[in-house]
Amino acid sequence: MSQLPKPNTEELRAKYPSAFDRPASARLALPAMTVAALAVFVYGLVDLDFSPSRLIAGLSQLGWITMLMIPPNPGASFPLYMQALGETLSIALLGTTLAALLALPVSLLAARNIIPSNLIRFPVRRFLDSIRGVDTLIWALVWINVVGLGPFAGVLAIMVSDFGAFGKLFSEAIEAADRKQVEGIRASGGNTLHEIRFGLLPQVLPVIAGQVLYFIESNTRSATIIGIVGAGGIGLQLAEQIRVLEWQKVSFLILMILIAVAAIDFISSKLRFAIIGQRAVA
Amino acid sequence: MATAVSILPAQQLATLEEAYRSSVSRKRLKAALAAAIFCAALVIAAFGAEVNLRTLFTYFGNFVSYFDRILTLESGARVWTDFPEWFWGWKKWLRMLGETVLISYVGTLTGAVFAFALNFFAAQNTSPAPWLRFAVRRLLEFARTVPGIVFALIFVIAFGLGPMAGVLAIAIHSTGALGKLFAEIVENADMKPVEGIRSTGASWLSCMRFAVLPQVSAGYASYALLRFEINVREASVMGFVGAGGIGQELVVAIHKFYYSDVSAILVTIIITVFIIDISTGWLRGRLFGKETRR
Repeated sequence: MSQLPKPNTEELRAKYPSAFDRPASARLALPAMTVAALAVFVYGLVDLDFSPSRLIAGLSQLGWITMLMIPPNPGASFPLYMQALGETLSIALLGTTLAALLALPVSLLAARNIIPSNLIRFPVRRFLDSIRGVDTLIWALVWINVVGLGPFAGVLAIMVSDFGAFGKLFSEAIEAADRKQVEGIRASGGNTLHEIRFGLLPQVLPVIAGQVLYFIESNTRSATIIGIVGAGGIGLQLAEQIRVLEWQKVSFLILMILIAVAAIDFISSKLRFAIIGQRAVA
Repeated sequence: MATAVSILPAQQLATLEEAYRSSVSRKRLKAALAAAIFCAALVIAAFGAEVNLRTLFTYFGNFVSYFDRILTLESGARVWTDFPEWFWGWKKWLRMLGETVLISYVGTLTGAVFAFALNFFAAQNTSPAPWLRFAVRRLLEFARTVPGIVFALIFVIAFGLGPMAGVLAIAIHSTGALGKLFAEIVENADMKPVEGIRSTGASWLSCMRFAVLPQVSAGYASYALLRFEINVREASVMGFVGAGGIGQELVVAIHKFYYSDVSAILVTIIITVFIIDISTGWLRGRLFGKETRR
């Protein structure tokens, strides 16, 4: 076998100085960052009371729990669970729709091409950010204080927390819209409302519809858990069964959630394709 | 005045208008049908969710007055008139917030490491065997579909109360979410370098290390940072089920009607989330250039 000629390192070094003599700061940056990240990680493990013995004890406990979960069995509560699942789906659908309806006008205020003035846009955006910064579960707790325990509090919680997300997403969709149609409407003598209705909305509605469908899907997930704090739906049943250690029922409920989410995934992706076309989804 | 737009002859115009009308009316019919189905679904949902507008209107005052109450100190003054009184527990709250951020950091990093270990098996173009790919995919799907807080509920029973359950729950959920995104990045990677490395007789592992990893590592880091942002929010409610962090304090304050504490803790959470959002956005911009900032 023939060997390749030995590389002439000196010549290469002279030819590509940037590859051979990188400054120390560039060479050290990655190791330094890795070490720092690891140091914070280890500090976190210590500070959060991680210990191997606890981990092993917990894992063996978890193994037991998993054994107890098999086979999944709803007992006599199957109709109750189906009703709870229906409640969850209702919460997701209603909460998302209401949020979208409320967010549409507000998102116009947050879009740069509708409201050029920073004076209005900035507070509206910070307001939306603050709503988004608070988790859905916290909103659920607040609404439980207002309308009492039950799925209605869940609807309102999803509505409020999605309002923040939609406001931001819609305003981004509006900002990405083409200016030319709006100018065309203005040139033919339309007023601002005409511009929005005929120039802007036809462009952004498909995008918005896609996002709303996507959120209905992801809210099915959120709606399954807000029951944990008492806002109705299947999470309520799940939290109760976990607390009384009925593991077969727990695994059955988790299975139900998985199937429901998969079904919603399937339906909403079909609908999204139908609304915005195959290639726009990507 | 001469018209700038020429008008077509009448019969030509009529056929055009006819075609236009029929196409528009078909579209309208479809839209109306879809809207009707949607409205019916909403009505059914309203019954399912026990929506009661009377309750809402009766108690809507409560919603407004709730904010009024949480923005009032015990002495009856507005909270912002007396900051030391409002944030009386700031030392404790900051410690809990630190714990929350630490929970999400440790959880995200652990999840990212597991996702990194699994994603090459889940990606179509790098997976060594179809059955392995199928198994890893289902595993990741399971980890990401079951909500993190459900894992937390179960882990609190297995590992005891405390942040450990929260960290593990976040780690599992992040593994699922990041594993999928990582695998998608790998599927978009250029396969020519892999062929090059393989032609030198290298093993699968070296192919991944020297051909795929250099292409995808920036994308990995970017997604991991995004996930960290999301996890901080999630960790702030882990305390609701006893899995550590600031949520514990918040749920106690809400249940015991310590009104001004509720608003103070909410404000600190919101500010923390802002700071994390802004700093990870800045970091992503620094590390990967403007175009990867989304």
